[in-house]
Amino acid sequence: MISKALIQEFQKVVGSDGVFADEADRAAYSYDAAVLEPVVPGLVVRPTTAEMLSRVVRLCNENRLPLTVRGAGTNLSGGTVPRPDGVVVLTNGLNRILEINTEDLYAVVEPGVITAKFAAAVEARGLFYPPDPGSQAVSTLGGNVAENAGGLRGLKYGVTRDYVMGLEFFDAEGNLVKTGARTVKCVTGYNLAALLVGSEGTLGVIHKIILKLIPAPQHRKSMVAVFDRVSGASETVAAIIANRIVPATLEFLDNFTIRAVEAYSKAGLPVEAAALLLIEVDGHPGQVEEEAAKVEAICRERGASSIQVARTAQERDKVWEARRAALSALAKLKPTVVLEDATVPRSRIPDMVAAVEEIARRHHLTIGTFGHAGDGNLHPTILTDRRDEKEWQRVERAIDEIFDRALAMGGTLSGEHGIGLAKASFMERETTRATLDYARRIKRALDPNNILNPGKIIGDA
Amino acid sequence: MATIQELARLVRELEDQLVVCMRCGMCQAVCPLYGETGREADVARGKLALLEGLSREMFRDPAGVSERLHRCLLCGSCAANCPSGVKVLDIFLKARAILAGYQGLSPVKKAVLRGMLGNPEIFDRVMEWGARFQKIFTRPANETLGTSCARFGASLLGNRHIKPLAPKPFHAELPSLDEAPGASGVKAAFFVGCLIDKIFPSVARASLKVLRHHGVGVYLPDNQACCGIPAASSGDLETFKKLVRHNLERFPVDRFDVLITSCATCTATIRKVWPVLFQEEGPEVLERVQALSEKAMDIHAFLVGRLGVAPDPVPPEKDALAVTYHDPCHLRKSLGVFAEPRRLLQASPSVRLVEMAQPDWCCGLGGSFSLEHYDLSAGIGRRKRDQVAAAGCRVVTTGCPACMIQLHDQLSQAGDTVTVRHAIEIYAENLNS
Ligand SMILES: Cc1cc2nc3c(=O)[nH]c(=O)nc-3n(C[C@H](O)[C@H](O)[C@H](O)COP(=O)(O)OP(=O)(O)OC[C@H]3O[C@@H](n4cnc5c(N)ncnc54)[C@H](O)[C@@H]3O)c2cc1C
Ligand code: SF4
Ligand code: SF4
Repeated sequence: MISKALIQEFQKVVGSDGVFADEADRAAYSYDAAVLEPVVPGLVVRPTTAEMLSRVVRLCNENRLPLTVRGAGTNLSGGTVPRPDGVVVLTNGLNRILEINTEDLYAVVEPGVITAKFAAAVEARGLFYPPDPGSQAVSTLGGNVAENAGGLRGLKYGVTRDYVMGLEFFDAEGNLVKTGARTVKCVTGYNLAALLVGSEGTLGVIHKIILKLIPAPQHRKSMVAVFDRVSGASETVAAIIANRIVPATLEFLDNFTIRAVEAYSKAGLPVEAAALLLIEVDGHPGQVEEEAAKVEAICRERGASSIQVARTAQERDKVWEARRAALSALAKLKPTVVLEDATVPRSRIPDMVAAVEEIARRHHLTIGTFGHAGDGNLHPTILTDRRDEKEWQRVERAIDEIFDRALAMGGTLSGEHGIGLAKASFMERETTRATLDYARRIKRALDPNNILNPGKIIGDA
Repeated sequence: MATIQELARLVRELEDQLVVCMRCGMCQAVCPLYGETGREADVARGKLALLEGLSREMFRDPAGVSERLHRCLLCGSCAANCPSGVKVLDIFLKARAILAGYQGLSPVKKAVLRGMLGNPEIFDRVMEWGARFQKIFTRPANETLGTSCARFGASLLGNRHIKPLAPKPFHAELPSLDEAPGASGVKAAFFVGCLIDKIFPSVARASLKVLRHHGVGVYLPDNQACCGIPAASSGDLETFKKLVRHNLERFPVDRFDVLITSCATCTATIRKVWPVLFQEEGPEVLERVQALSEKAMDIHAFLVGRLGVAPDPVPPEKDALAVTYHDPCHLRKSLGVFAEPRRLLQASPSVRLVEMAQPDWCCGLGGSFSLEHYDLSAGIGRRKRDQVAAAGCRVVTTGCPACMIQLHDQLSQAGDTVTVRHAIEIYAENLNS
């Protein structure tokens, strides 16, 4: 229980509009997009200035209150599931784009700015901010940085990390820390921004982000290639890259997902196909045409049974509609959706797809797999009903096995969805005891009272 | 009074539908209320989580949940955009019914709903009285819009620029009709709806003109009742069912081929809400409700889809009047009707359609939502007003009288000289009678 007096303290800092103490309001901040038990926080506050944010952090620290920062709450790993006695700090009152600099190609934003709105504002100035997580219509840039979010364009353009030039954040005591700069080059001190990216709110509370922008590609071309064998699709991926072509996107849909999308959207997809690859190349028009032709030839060489190249903007939209519909189509089949994120070196995709199929069969589960083939970042999507306890136990075993297989192939637990609470207990399996100890020592040094999003990533420090 | 356990049991019946929400949060992008407040309890995901928490007895505050559940426009933007296909509106209406059952209606609401809506004749009489007396209470505010703002009774009307009640409701002008089908061979019952009857009778006039022009025989029974949505959204199932049963009597399905309305809210209610809230009634009543519900059709969709009205092949003159179109949520999101009203405007040579930014962003009225949460409703409405103003047209059209009220109010408050018309009025004016 957070005392009345303390609630009043918070109200003094952020105003009474900015404090939600009613149970029903608090309960709406008990979850995120991970399939986990909700936890109702003790208090929710919404600062609207950096000054308020700093004082909120300080107040939490002084009173030893666990603090969980929350952007849009769309992370898939429990990163915003709070502690029952904790304070949820909302960033959606800090949502200003402070600067878009078209000469020096950077932007400065507050953490609550919505990813897609930012990307659109940048595009309106003729520039490009590539990271495009599937949740971009609602996700915040602060959440993207704190999760190091990826998206469809990772292969060519990288992930959020590759665009963070600098950060300002508050440490556990609410003091301002500055790292990085508005310059391309900066070696002033430790690279603290790198430490904060992907830290899921456990090392500091970000209040300002300097993001790199790039010129928008002049031209793009999309195509769909159909394969009778998964190995044909992944050999194609390898061959495209071996030919020194780096497509902007290279997305994969397995047979189950193809059938689900077709049943849902009747887009005319080949339901017999083992796999689809959706490929987009972009850049200078001449180069794009040349690369598109090469990619087409490679697809044919590797046994694509058909290839459709989008000639118009509408055709291009149609190509991507199938990919965009993937999650919706799968989600509609069963009540509970577990979106996994195990990632392998890209040459191991056929092995990983086969492993997932085998695991699904053995545990009598429905799993559709789609994802970013170019990055080896697949999303095996388990469809279940969490109320069915027996099946849920099989789901948990299957997740466990998916991790083991991905690790055995030299892969990783999570390509982009983060560790949070959901995968914290698996950390040691991929790394070492010492790695975790090292991380915990950093955490203890920076946050001695363990108030910053405790329990996430490294368990209880 | 029901115990918390009983309440939990009732709410648990919703569980099959609730569990479909995967908490992805994508509804944040489209919820007009969340856009205004940024509070998670205002977006579908938050409300669904609260209902689930209540059903699992995670916390014990049914009144708090009920209050937040009523902070909702029931616009369906969330459902239309939901990757998981959560039937958000069904859930909200059922939950409102359950929670209202638990708490009992507030005495004021009981009186208003049971006494007025539930009894069409009394309702009509009260509204007619209102029409006679309103001149004493209001003064003209904005001449283009013909709205009036409250001089007295400010506590009731707030700062709203109300579109006045028509001097004579439509049913007094034309109580009933029963015509044989003309050239089209179709006979259509016309469901007038309260707002068109009492505030916009010109829309009913235009609708009938259009139907007759296309050789449709009109069946217009007298003593029609409200479609029931105000009662359903307050969770007052008793009044709701009484109204629906009354309409079942007034509209015997074997007398016509289709049931046409020019009110998006009425069409959506008849098609989507009636069958859902009659689920647990006996099969006999349910079948009758379903039979009538399936015949219900929006007038634009009927003209374009059924009668094949098509845009004018000659593009409009440059100097044709520029009009923009606002998508009522109940047409676009609940019924998927958005191309048809535009087709009718394109089939009207006197006008040129200019799209506004985000034509499908909710106007913010949400029926009784606007009564209970006027500031929120007005906030959402101002965003709509800005979109309309930015389109630079002198006329904004739409397909729902409820949206027309909100557009009137917001444009008038902003001092705009933009007139608000129903798309069918524009189309009707372009027909040579
Ligand atoms: C449908 C769907 C599709 C998705 N697709 C993708 C995808 O393609 N790629 C991908 O990478 N992810 C994806 N995600 C996951 C998720 O959207 C991303 O992780 C996103 O970055 C989270 O942003 P958010 O604003 O919702 O952050 P939240 O969920 O609110 O927070 C995420 C973490 O960041 C911390 N945090 C937030 N703001 C701050 C701050 N200012 N300072 C410090 N810490 C902070 C939180 O404490 C939490 O630990 C998807 C999720 C969904 C539901
Ligand atoms: S979009 Fe649908 S599934 Fe996602 S949170 Fe909203 S209601 Fe739930
Ligand atoms: S019905 Fe409209 S107001 Fe209500 S939650 Fe859904 S989008 Fe928001």
